[in-house]
Amino acid sequence: MPLLSLREAIATYVKDGASVALEGFTHLIPFAAGHEIIRQQRRGLHLIRMTPDLVYDQLIGMGCAARLTFSWGGNPGVGSLHRLRDAVERGWPQPLELAEFTHAEMAVAYQAGASGLPCGLVRGDAATDLTRVQGSAVQALPCPFTNAALALVPALTPDVTILHAQQIDARGNVLICGIVGAAKEAALAARQLLVTVEEQVETLQADMNALVLPSWVITAASIVPGGAYPSYAQGYYPRDNAFYLAWDEISRDRGAFTAWMKRNVLGVADHAALLRRLGVAA
Amino acid sequence: MSASIYSRDEMMTVTAARQLRNGAVCFVGIGLPSAACNLARLTHAPDLVLIYESGTVGTRPIVLPLSIGDNELAETATCIVPLPEIFAYYLQRGRIDVGFLGAAQIDRFGNLNSTVIGNYTHPKVRLPGAGGAPEIASYAHEVLIVMKQSTRSFVAQLDFRTSCGYLGGGRTRAGSRSPGAGPKAVITDFGVLRPNPRTLELELAALYPSVSVESARAATGWPLEVAQTLEVVPAPEARELEVLRDLHARTEAAHAASVRIKLPS
Repeated sequence: MPLLSLREAIATYVKDGASVALEGFTHLIPFAAGHEIIRQQRRGLHLIRMTPDLVYDQLIGMGCAARLTFSWGGNPGVGSLHRLRDAVERGWPQPLELAEFTHAEMAVAYQAGASGLPCGLVRGDAATDLTRVQGSAVQALPCPFTNAALALVPALTPDVTILHAQQIDARGNVLICGIVGAAKEAALAARQLLVTVEEQVETLQADMNALVLPSWVITAASIVPGGAYPSYAQGYYPRDNAFYLAWDEISRDRGAFTAWMKRNVLGVADHAALLRRLGVAA
Repeated sequence: MSASIYSRDEMMTVTAARQLRNGAVCFVGIGLPSAACNLARLTHAPDLVLIYESGTVGTRPIVLPLSIGDNELAETATCIVPLPEIFAYYLQRGRIDVGFLGAAQIDRFGNLNSTVIGNYTHPKVRLPGAGGAPEIASYAHEVLIVMKQSTRSFVAQLDFRTSCGYLGGGRTRAGSRSPGAGPKAVITDFGVLRPNPRTLELELAALYPSVSVESARAATGWPLEVAQTLEVVPAPEARELEVLRDLHARTEAAHAASVRIKLPS
């Protein structure tokens, strides 16, 4: 498992038109990787993520995405993702095709992908119009043993999953602590797994049941301190809630959004430079 | 003793908090539900078990989280479980007593829309979407809904049914496969709506002090019926307001704090 610069990792493994899952449920969102995809101007991506969050708002607004698979697309505790809305409601900067699920459905879809199963399973009891608009994407089937109603969700198997994590050890094993979301499932469901980490250590301080991804399931890793900012890395830095609140205003207007992205993402060489420009680096 | 000056938001939060019994296992949404649940925990229900969908179980935050997965929730949790587990082992398995939901639209049977305003394929407003709401509405033993009441949000016809309430009313939910009992109360900025025992249509069950039936009706997009006994919700106690205001003040200070990240030189 090679250690690469983030620029090299994205250039090598994220191709135009690929299906890409940047996971991390509120915590450990791989922002640095998302920004590098924007810098390298990838196009036609199929973005997959339970909660698109700001990072997908940015990728969508910068024209990287053609398709979005998701289960909740808002700015948590703040409101809308304005760039996501603009793409869906007005096709700016380009139309965005949606594949929409519930959290429970997406969770089992990742589990299925990670298990080598063609589909995941939830009880088919929730009466929702989503079933109608999902078309053939979720199928009802009675349980062959009990006749209970089941809903089958096709497996998610992203071309590339990207995670941010706390630590990598000298042998390339990666430790994730805190809220883990569906990180493990998305990682093991992917054809290729890229990981960015806060730091490299000699040995991981991992409890027996800690979430450790062994080096041999990882395609490539990059050391990117602060790589989850403005989300957070437990034990390293907290979530920048003030930035999430400020994003509502920055992203509301196409011009203000584009200017912000040009200045802070396209206009800097890498994530460290972005953190310095935003006055976050100490 | 009741405090004389309070906002409708505070009245709403206090009323929502009072619905929660000590020891209940509660699946919490962000915003007002989260404020109400923590107010309850800090006042009459110290053993309320709060679960946020990020997998934080039994969390006891000092400040309110902005998102469902803030570090505050992780640091004060009894345990943190992976996301597939929170939905499968806890929610779908039936371990949640109370689910707390909000939405952009609600109809007379407590069905909820958090997906789109207008047509699904060409929406006027694209809302965040389902998240965990359809399963919470279906599997929590009972559901509390918190929403500001207006003719835009309390509608005769939903644009999209994201999560089920009593479906078409009467026996329709009981005849469906949803195991939970459905919405027990809708807490609004006018008072509390509860399902009629027979029809399961939401009707006005309680009003806040000095709020009129007419004003509540005028803020509802269907002909709102009044329950057989219409109660008046007692104004917030001084203690309730004090705890709630402290919580909000701590939260505001925490959310304004700037983040510094140490980069290797």
